[in-house]
Amino acid sequence: MNEKARSGRGADILLILMMVLPLVAAMALKILNTPASEGVVIEGAMVYFSANPNADLNAVISTDLIITDAQINSWLVMISITGLCLFLTRDLREKPVSARQHVAEWIVEKVEGLVSGNMGDFHVNSFAPFVCAVLALSAFSSLMSLIGVFAPTSDLSTVAGWAVLVFLIITAYKACCGPRIYVRSFTSDGPVVAVLNVISEVATPFSMAFRHYGNVMSGAVISVLVAAALKGLSSLVLGWLPGALGQIPLLQVGLPAILSIYFDIFSGALQAYIFAMLTMLYVGGGFPEEEYIARHSAAAAPKAAA
Amino acid sequence: MDMVAIAIGIVFGCCALGAGIAMIAGIGPGIGEGDAVAKACEAIGRQPEARGAVTSTMIMGCAIAETTGLYALVIAILLIFVAPGSMGNLLVSLIK
Repeated sequence: MNEKARSGRGADILLILMMVLPLVAAMALKILNTPASEGVVIEGAMVYFSANPNADLNAVISTDLIITDAQINSWLVMISITGLCLFLTRDLREKPVSARQHVAEWIVEKVEGLVSGNMGDFHVNSFAPFVCAVLALSAFSSLMSLIGVFAPTSDLSTVAGWAVLVFLIITAYKACCGPRIYVRSFTSDGPVVAVLNVISEVATPFSMAFRHYGNVMSGAVISVLVAAALKGLSSLVLGWLPGALGQIPLLQVGLPAILSIYFDIFSGALQAYIFAMLTMLYVGGGFPEEEYIARHSAAAAPKAAA
Repeated sequence: MDMVAIAIGIVFGCCALGAGIAMIAGIGPGIGEGDAVAKACEAIGRQPEARGAVTSTMIMGCAIAETTGLYALVIAILLIFVAPGSMGNLLVSLIK
C-alpha cells in the first residue's frame, strides 16, 4: 500500500513536470532568441528555422519552409494540456475522493451542459470532447502571453488552421445526408437568397479566423504601444531627477497590468468561448437532424426485422 | 534618387491616411454595442431575476458585433506596421 502510494506520487510529479516544463521551455526559447535592443518592436512570429527543401521548384513555390515560434509554442501548449488532462484523470474512483477528480468532473459536466444547451442532446457524446479541446487549446494559447512569450493565437496561421478545420466539420455535418440535401440547405429560399447563402458560407472560416486573431493581436499591439508611451512619458516627466532615479520608468507601474487583465485574461478567455460557441451553433444549425434520424431509423428497421 | 524619396514619402503618407480612414469603421460597433447594452439594461430593469442570462448573452453579442471593428483595426495595424516596409522595398526594387 505504501509503495503504491509512493509510485503514484512519483507519477504525479512526472505529470506536473510535463505541464510546467513546456512553459519553461517556451520562456527559455524566447529569452535566448530575443536580440538585445531598445525601443518598441512590433513584429509577427519570430522565425526559428527556415529552409527551402525544394530549391529546384523555387520558381513555382517561392516561399521557404519556416518554423516560427507560433508553431513551437502551440505544440508546447498541446503537450502541457495533455499533461493537465492526464494529471486530472489519474486514479479515478466511482466515489470521488480527490480534489482533482472533482475538478475533472466539473469540467466535463459544464462542457456537456454547454453542448446540450446549444446543440441539443443528440450531439453531446460525439461533440463535447471536440468543443472542450477547442476551448482548452484556444484559452491556454491566448494565456501564453501572460508568461511573456508569443501567444500562438496572435498569429493568423494558427487560428486560420482551426477555422478551416471547423469549416470542414460544418460541411461534413451538413452533407452527411447526401449532396441533394446539402444543396437544398442553400437553395430552399429562392435563387437570390441562395447566392447570399453561398457567400456567407464561404465567409464563415474567414470571419472566425479574423475575429480570434484580431482580438488577441490587437490586444498585444495596444499593450506594447501603451507601455512604450508610458516609458516615454516618464522619461519626460521624471527625467530631471538626479542620477539613475530619472532613468527608472516609474509611470510604467500599474496601468499595463490593468490592461493585461483585460487583454490577456478576459479577452483571451472570451474569444475561446466565442470560438467554441460559434462552432457549436454553426454545426448544430447546419445539421439536418430530423432527416438524419429518419434515414437511420429507416435503415435500422429492416435489419432489426431480419 | 529624388523620385524614390518622393515615391516612398507618398507610400508612407497614404498608408497613414488609409489606416485613419479604415478606423472610421469603429463607428458601427460603437453604435451597435451601445444599443445592445441599453437594451440589456432595460431587460434587467424589467426582469432583475434574469440578470445572469441577459448579461452573458449581451457579452457574447457584443463580442460578435465587435468583429467588424476588429477587421478595421487589423487593416489599420497592417497598414501602419507592415505595409510601409514591404511597399518601400517593392518601390526601391522597381525603380532600380
